[in-house]
Amino acid sequence: MITDTIAAIATGLSNAGISKIRISGDHAVEIIDRIYKSRTGNKVLSEQLSHTIHYGFITDGDHIIDEVMVIIMRAPATYTREDIVEIDCHGGIVVTRNILETVLKYGARIAEPGEFTKRAFLNGRIDLSQAEAVSDIITAKNELALQNSLNQLRGKERQIIIELREKILRDIAFVEAALDDPEHISLEGFDEDLQKHINEETNSIEQLLRESDNGKILKEGIKTVILGKPNAGKSSLLNTLVGEERAIVTDIAGTTRDTVEETINLNGIMLNVIDTAGIRDTEDIIEKIGVEKAIKIASQADLIIYVLDSSTELDENDEVILGLIKDKKSLLLLNKSDLEPKITSEEIKKMTDHAIISISIKENIGLNDLEKAIKNMFFEGKLSFNEDIYITNERHKEAFKQSLESLRLVNQSIVAGMPEDFYSIDLMSAYETLGKIIGENIEEDLVNMIFKEFCMGK
Amino acid sequence: MSYVYESYDVVVVGAGHAGCEAALAAARLSLNTMLFTISMDSIAMMPCNPNIGGTSKGHLVREIDALGGEMGRNIDKTYIQSKMLNVSKGPAVHSLRAQADKQEYSKSMRRILENTPNLTLKQAEVVKILTEDNHISGVMTYSGAIYPCKSVVLCTGTYLNARCIYGETVNHTGPNGLQAATHLTDSLKELGIEMYRFKTGTPARIDRRSINFSKMEEQFGDETVVPFSFTTKQEELQKEQISCWLTYTNETTHEIIRANIDRSPLYCGDIKGTGPRYCPSIEDKVVKFADKERHQVFIEPEGLYTNEMYIAGMSSSLPEDVQYQMYRSVPGLENAKIVRNAYAIEYDCINPMQLKSSLEFKAVEGLFSGGQFNGSSGYEEAAAQGLIAGINAARKVLQNEPLIIDRSEAYIGVLIDDLVTKETHEPYRMMTSRAEYRLLLRQDNADLRLTKKGYDIGLIDEERYQHLLEKENQIEIETNRLQSTPIGANKEVQQLLEQYGSSPLNTGTTLADLIRRPELSYELLESIDKNRSELSDEVIEQININLKYDGYIKRQLSQVEQFKKLENRRIPEDIDYMTVPSLRIEARQKLIKFQPRSIGQASRISGVSPADISVLLVYLTQLHYERNKEKII
Repeated sequence: MITDTIAAIATGLSNAGISKIRISGDHAVEIIDRIYKSRTGNKVLSEQLSHTIHYGFITDGDHIIDEVMVIIMRAPATYTREDIVEIDCHGGIVVTRNILETVLKYGARIAEPGEFTKRAFLNGRIDLSQAEAVSDIITAKNELALQNSLNQLRGKERQIIIELREKILRDIAFVEAALDDPEHISLEGFDEDLQKHINEETNSIEQLLRESDNGKILKEGIKTVILGKPNAGKSSLLNTLVGEERAIVTDIAGTTRDTVEETINLNGIMLNVIDTAGIRDTEDIIEKIGVEKAIKIASQADLIIYVLDSSTELDENDEVILGLIKDKKSLLLLNKSDLEPKITSEEIKKMTDHAIISISIKENIGLNDLEKAIKNMFFEGKLSFNEDIYITNERHKEAFKQSLESLRLVNQSIVAGMPEDFYSIDLMSAYETLGKIIGENIEEDLVNMIFKEFCMGK
Repeated sequence: MSYVYESYDVVVVGAGHAGCEAALAAARLSLNTMLFTISMDSIAMMPCNPNIGGTSKGHLVREIDALGGEMGRNIDKTYIQSKMLNVSKGPAVHSLRAQADKQEYSKSMRRILENTPNLTLKQAEVVKILTEDNHISGVMTYSGAIYPCKSVVLCTGTYLNARCIYGETVNHTGPNGLQAATHLTDSLKELGIEMYRFKTGTPARIDRRSINFSKMEEQFGDETVVPFSFTTKQEELQKEQISCWLTYTNETTHEIIRANIDRSPLYCGDIKGTGPRYCPSIEDKVVKFADKERHQVFIEPEGLYTNEMYIAGMSSSLPEDVQYQMYRSVPGLENAKIVRNAYAIEYDCINPMQLKSSLEFKAVEGLFSGGQFNGSSGYEEAAAQGLIAGINAARKVLQNEPLIIDRSEAYIGVLIDDLVTKETHEPYRMMTSRAEYRLLLRQDNADLRLTKKGYDIGLIDEERYQHLLEKENQIEIETNRLQSTPIGANKEVQQLLEQYGSSPLNTGTTLADLIRRPELSYELLESIDKNRSELSDEVIEQININLKYDGYIKRQLSQVEQFKKLENRRIPEDIDYMTVPSLRIEARQKLIKFQPRSIGQASRISGVSPADISVLLVYLTQLHYERNKEKII
C-alpha cells in the first residue's frame, strides 16, 4: 500500500560529530546503490546481507560528497517493517543536507515528521496502544487539521495559490470542454493564451519560491538575537560578523529602530542574526515599537547575544535585559574593552550564569573568543533549531518546484506541437500539487498529522 | 391470478443494449438465464441515432469487446460506414464511430441471443420484483406468471411509464410507438427504491428522396476501416460504404425556433423530466448558444433497407407544424418529407447512487440494473453497464466477488463510478473529459487493459487470451530492442532523416529515440532497422504510442498511483458510521446513505470534506488493526 520511499535526517541538523540519514521504503536499497561507492568501487549494497554495515562514499555522479558508513536493514525486521538504509556521515549541516538532497534526487521523497513512526504503526510494528491518544488527537484536530497546515503559510501566499489554481483549472476546463464539444468551442489561438498564462503562473510561483527560500534560511539558521541598551555596539557587532555595512551605525543612541536580520555562516554553523533596537525606556513612539519588538523576538530566540557597553554604568534597563535572558541560551559581550571600564566581568558574573566575553568590536579584539563560544555551545548540543518548520518549508518548496516543473512540461508540449489533449495531464498535476500546499488535496493527511507529534526522522 | 413458472438463475428485464449484454454475459457464464422483452421485434433496437461509437463512446465499445461483450462484434457485422474520429489529436481521443444498419444490427443481435446456450427469451412485461428479506426471490409478469430466480438485472431503458411528446401531442408509449411498461415503477417504489424522471429526445426521420444532397457536404467513411472488435479481422471487414451528409442550420431556422419556443413542451413546462445537457435538443442549442449563427446538421442513413434518414443535431419536441418549418429552413431539406416526427420522451429511472459499484442495489440483494434505467444516456453507456451488471448478477449466483473496474482502468469504470458516486440530475453521457487518466485508457489498448479480466471472469476463451499474451510479449521485446539498438550518424541514416524533414544526427542515438521524434515513426525507419521481425499493425501501433508518449504516460501512471492509494483503502461494508468519532453530521448522513466502498470513492461524494476523509482514514486504520488483532487471538 505504501510504495514510495522516504528519507530524512534522523539525528537533527545540529550537534554531534556524526549525523544519520535514514531512508525507508521499497526503493531504499535501490537508491543507495545509485549513490554509494565503496573504496574499491566494486561493492554493490543491494547484494549485501541484511543488517550489515559498509564503509564507503556517497557520490552524486563523479562528485564525492562524504565518507560514510551505510547500514542496510531489510524488511521486515526493521523499525518501519520496510527496507531501511541508514547513512552515517560526518556531522555538519552542509554535508548532511547535501547527502539528504542527493538521496532525494535519486528517488526518495522527504519524509513527513513522524512518518517513520507512522509507517511502523501502519505496518503493525508499533502497538496502537503506544499511540493511545491517537483518537483523541484526531478528534481535537479534526477542525484544526487543515488550519494547522495552512497556518504555516502566510495568508497572502495562500491567496496567491488559490488564485493560481483557479487560473489553471480554468484552462483545464477550457481544453476539456473543447474536446467534448469541438463544434461550439474552438481552441484556435488557445496555445498563445495558455503560454501567456503559464508564463504568469510560473512567475508567481517562482516569486513564492524565492520568498519561501528566504523564509527558510531565516528559520533554518540558529535564531540569534543581539540585545543591549542603545549604542552598546549591537549594530557594529552585526556588521562585523556579516562583513558589510548592513545596520546603520552611528554614535546616536537609538539608531536601529526596527530589527535588522542577517544570515551568517560561522564555520558551517548557520546563524540567523537579528539586530534589535536598543532596549531602554523611551518616549519616542517608533523607537518604543522597536523596543517592544526586540523583547518579543528575544523571547523566541535560540541564542541571545547581550552586548554591554563596559564603559557605562549598569542601570535599570540592564536589569530588564538580564531578566529577559535569564532562562535563555545567552552569551554576554562586554564591548568597548578598549575604553576605561565602568563595569567588570566579575560584577556581571554575580548577576548571571551565562558566559561572559570581553571584546572590542571597534578594535577587533575578542571576536575569535565569541566565535569559539558559539561553536562550543553548538557542538555541545546546547543549541539546535526548529526542525518542524524546516520540513514544512521543504515540503512546500518541493511542491512549488513540482508545480513549476509541471507547468514547464505544459509549455514544452505546446512548443513541441503536441495535440491539446496532452496539456491537461501536466496542468492537472500542477493544480493538484499546489493543492497539497494549501491542504485541498486529500492524502493520508490526518494520519500524518498525528505522527507529526513525533520528531522528524523518527 | 398468479402461478409459479420455471426457475432461473438470472432474469434480465429488457432486451435493449444493456439487457442483451447482461443476458449474454450471464448465459455465457453458464447460468440459466431468462431475458424478458416487451417485444421480440425490438431486441437491440436503436430508437435514436443510427450509429455506434463516437468520442469516448467508441472507447466503451472497445472495452465491452475486450471484456467479452457483444456490441463490438455486432457493429462490425452490420456497419455501413465507419470512421476514426479526432485523428488529428492525440491517441487518447481517437474514437471509432460506425454507422449501423439499424435493422441488421437488431436482427444480428437477436440471432446471437437466440443461439446462445442457457439463454431463454420471452416476450412479456415484468410487473413485479419479488423479494424475501431484501433478497431477490423472483419476478412476476403481467399475466401473473412467477419466475423464481436468484438475481435480476433491470434494463428497462426508457420504457417505464414512458410518454412521448411533441408540441401538444402526447403518446403514452415507449420509443417508436412501442408499448410502455407501466407497472414496474410501483413495484420498485414498494421496495423503497428512489425514482427519478428523465427525458431525452430524438430528431425527425426524413425521406431520402425528398432531400437535395447537392446543397450538402458529403461525409465519407475511412478508406481502411478499423474494426471495433479485437476479434474481427480487418481484411474481412472492408466493404463499400454509404455516405453521410453535412448541412447547417441558419438564422431563419433559429428564428422559427425562437418564435415558437413557447409551444415547446420543454419550455412551457409540459415536460417535467430532466434532459441531457450534452445531447441537447435544437431548441436548447439555440437558447444556449444564442450568438451562434449556425449549428451542424448531419444527415445519416438509418440502414440499407430504408429511405429514412436521421437528422443528427436537430432533436426536438416542437409541434409538428413547427418541425416542418424548421427542418425545411435547412439547406437541402427545403422539400423534406418527414417520415417520423421528432419527439421527446419522458421515462422513470432510478437515482443511481442507490447502487454499489457492482451495479447491485444496496438495499436489495441480488437486484442489479444497467442502462438508461440507471440514469445514463446512449447505447454504448447502456451496453457497458449491462455487461457489468450481467457479469455481477452471475457472479452473485456463483458466490464470487463482483467485478469492479476502477477509474484508472477503463471508461467503464469512470462511467459506473460517476453514476453511483456523483449526484446527477440529468441523463449521464460518457465524455472524454470525464476520464482523468485518458492517456492510459485509449481505445487502441482496451484489450491490453481488460482482456485479462475478461479471461479471469470466463468470458474470454483460451485462444484469445493466448493471443493477448503474445501481443504483450511482442510489444515488450520489440520496445526493448528499439531502446537498445544504437544508430550511428552514418550517411544512410542522415539521408533518411533528411527525407522526412528530421534534423540530422550529431552523435549516435537509438532507434527508440528516433521513433520519439514527431515526424518519424516505427514504420518510417524500416530501411535503417535491419534486424526487424514481422509484426502486426496492432503491435506496431502500441510500440509507436509507448515510445512517443513515454513521458506523458509515465506521468499519468504516477497520478494513477496516487489515485490507487485512496482507492485501495477499502471501507468494510459493516462499518457503523455512527460510531466513527468526530465526523460532521452532513458527512455522516451522506456516508450512511451512499456506503462508499473505498476511501477514494468516499472522497468523491459531494458533502464529504477532506477533513472527514481524514477522520475516516484514521478510524479505518485503527479498525483494521483491531480486527487483525482479534484474528490473531
